[in-house]
Amino acid sequence: MNNTVKTKFQDILRKPLFLPLFALGLMLIINVIITPSFFKISIQNGVLYGYLIDIINRGSELCIMAVGMTLVVASSRGADISVGAVAAVAGAVCVRLLGSSYEAYAVPMIVAILLCLLAGALCGAFNGFLVANLKIQPMVATLILFTAGRGMAQLISAREIGDKMVPGQILYVRMESFKNIGGYLPHIVVPTPVFIAVAFVLITWLILKKTALGLYIQSVGINPKAVRLVGINSTLIIFLTYVFCSFASGLAGLIAASRIYSSDANNIGLYMELDAILAVALGGNSLAGGKFSLAGSVIGAITIQALTTSLYAMGVTADQLPVYKAIVVVLIVAIQSEELKRWRVQWKVRQQKLKEAA
Amino acid sequence: MPSLTKLKSVRSRLGGNNFLLTVTISMFVLMYLVGMVVYEQQNFGTMQTFFNMLMDNAGLIIAASGMTLVLITGGIDISVGSVVGVVCMMLADLMENKGMGAYPAIFLVLVFGIIFGAVQGWLISYLKLQPFIVTLAGLFFARGLTAMISVEQIAITNEHFLGMAHKSIKVFFGAVVNKRGIKLYPFVHPNVIIALVAMLSVWYICRYTKFGRSLFAIGGNEQSALLMGLNVKRIKLLTYTLNGFLAALAGVAFCLNTVSGFVEQARGFEMEAIASAVIGGTLLTGGVGTVIGTFFGVLIKATIETFIRCDGTLSSWWNKIVLSALLCFFIVLQSVFTYIKNKKNQSI
Repeated sequence: MNNTVKTKFQDILRKPLFLPLFALGLMLIINVIITPSFFKISIQNGVLYGYLIDIINRGSELCIMAVGMTLVVASSRGADISVGAVAAVAGAVCVRLLGSSYEAYAVPMIVAILLCLLAGALCGAFNGFLVANLKIQPMVATLILFTAGRGMAQLISAREIGDKMVPGQILYVRMESFKNIGGYLPHIVVPTPVFIAVAFVLITWLILKKTALGLYIQSVGINPKAVRLVGINSTLIIFLTYVFCSFASGLAGLIAASRIYSSDANNIGLYMELDAILAVALGGNSLAGGKFSLAGSVIGAITIQALTTSLYAMGVTADQLPVYKAIVVVLIVAIQSEELKRWRVQWKVRQQKLKEAA
Repeated sequence: MPSLTKLKSVRSRLGGNNFLLTVTISMFVLMYLVGMVVYEQQNFGTMQTFFNMLMDNAGLIIAASGMTLVLITGGIDISVGSVVGVVCMMLADLMENKGMGAYPAIFLVLVFGIIFGAVQGWLISYLKLQPFIVTLAGLFFARGLTAMISVEQIAITNEHFLGMAHKSIKVFFGAVVNKRGIKLYPFVHPNVIIALVAMLSVWYICRYTKFGRSLFAIGGNEQSALLMGLNVKRIKLLTYTLNGFLAALAGVAFCLNTVSGFVEQARGFEMEAIASAVIGGTLLTGGVGTVIGTFFGVLIKATIETFIRCDGTLSSWWNKIVLSALLCFFIVLQSVFTYIKNKKNQSI
């Protein structure tokens, strides 16, 4: 009897989503202890209001990015560190197209949004070409956009001052309806980014489940050469995951730009690359590629947002936040490491031997 | 046929690993000559302009030398920019708010760099974590630490430190005669001396010590280096520790230029260091590279900067974009180069 309970318990422990959910639960419990009104949700000014809503609202961008990042990690065994910069570029493109002055809106909103997403996908095509076709290590290849991206966003954020176009400005949008993307749709109490994130994750999940793409991505991540011999175009698969990841960053950049109602090349998507990688790692996905779980990454992203929100509540400023996150990343990656597992097994064997000797 | 053997020897010298170095040096010479012609009005050709390039990039020379060591082992360190930032902030904080002298403060930050590098190195070599993840975490950690010390900009007013920063050392060649007929000798600041000494030491280590040769062995093929009996883990740990020290030293040299500490300092510096090393012919796959090439990589970056400054109409963001494009070009070149090499090996 006791044994069956024990094995059942061990079964639960072995479930792939156990650790991510456990981390999320832990985070929520800590939050309840710090702020007792944590789970309270009320309606103020016709919209939902509360800590939880805040977390899923602010976490939508990260959710979207983490899903893209998951596929990149799964297929190419390396992360895309340019996601934050790509978001800044996409945000800048969108706001610049919507018009940089009071006079005229250069293009209709839908065109601006589409071109902004296209800009994201183009950045991804560049990354993907370097990684998939030229076989450059993913992080080195994406390092180029990691630094150049913000410079490009600054150049795009140009405004006419006097007679000259001056780059590096913070551009403001003068279109009321643009606020809806990062804010609230009329008469709907749930923030729009949540809908966008849910739709994005669902569509991605459906595409991966209903087609063989998900399986292809996993197998490419496990052994690209074997996959190649089976007849799957591994280069194309890796290329596509990068395009998809940057497209997701573009979408996140669009939401971020709409949220602040302007383009801020320095701050949109700042420090997001670490958060996205952290979300993937927290979600129980190995950073060495192969099998992946979208649900895990989404849970990871929400956990990180909960961590961020609670750290803010404790009085940590945005600048200091990376310190804590960096420590968490190293701890998670270290716990996952093969070497540590080997040490643990060795230790167990040694203990067993000592027991037998005694 | 003596001419053919001569051609062959030239070819073998140009071929292989020297090819990228040759491209780099000729590129630098070409760019510099173009600059001398186009920006003659802005005194591009004078010796002082060249020394200014060294003075502005003293920190980068040191950091890129350390980066070359790490890249040769097949690893990477993207935390150097943040380390430079945190070192500047620590120096400013220690001297201004804690009232410490210049030399103890410098000593302390160098120790900090060594510890920082050693921790990263331990995680990478003993726990076998990916260097990129560990140093990415290091990047964010150090940047956050900078903000924890102070979010305000701190200007350094310590006399010793300022004296060190502004001391001019005359160079006795390349003098220019000005309008009044007085001979003006070009000068350098002490940080150039520190940078050159650091670079030459790294060059010496790579070329003439057992440790240096081990780096190339590990970068070439870690498995065979292990079978050869090298203590791969310890050598890697030492490499990252040395790189941490050099990054901190680069921070000191950088701080001698800016004499202040603030949160956003040296952002993107790691990319400049990696770009310099890669442009200088260090292969990102490890096993190949020289510090001399890295030095020329820094000079190319400095030349681009001087172009942009002389031109006057381009904004500073172009600097990063051009450098990234150059990095991209060289990475692609390397990729093609490795592809051809592999194909050749396969045909044999």
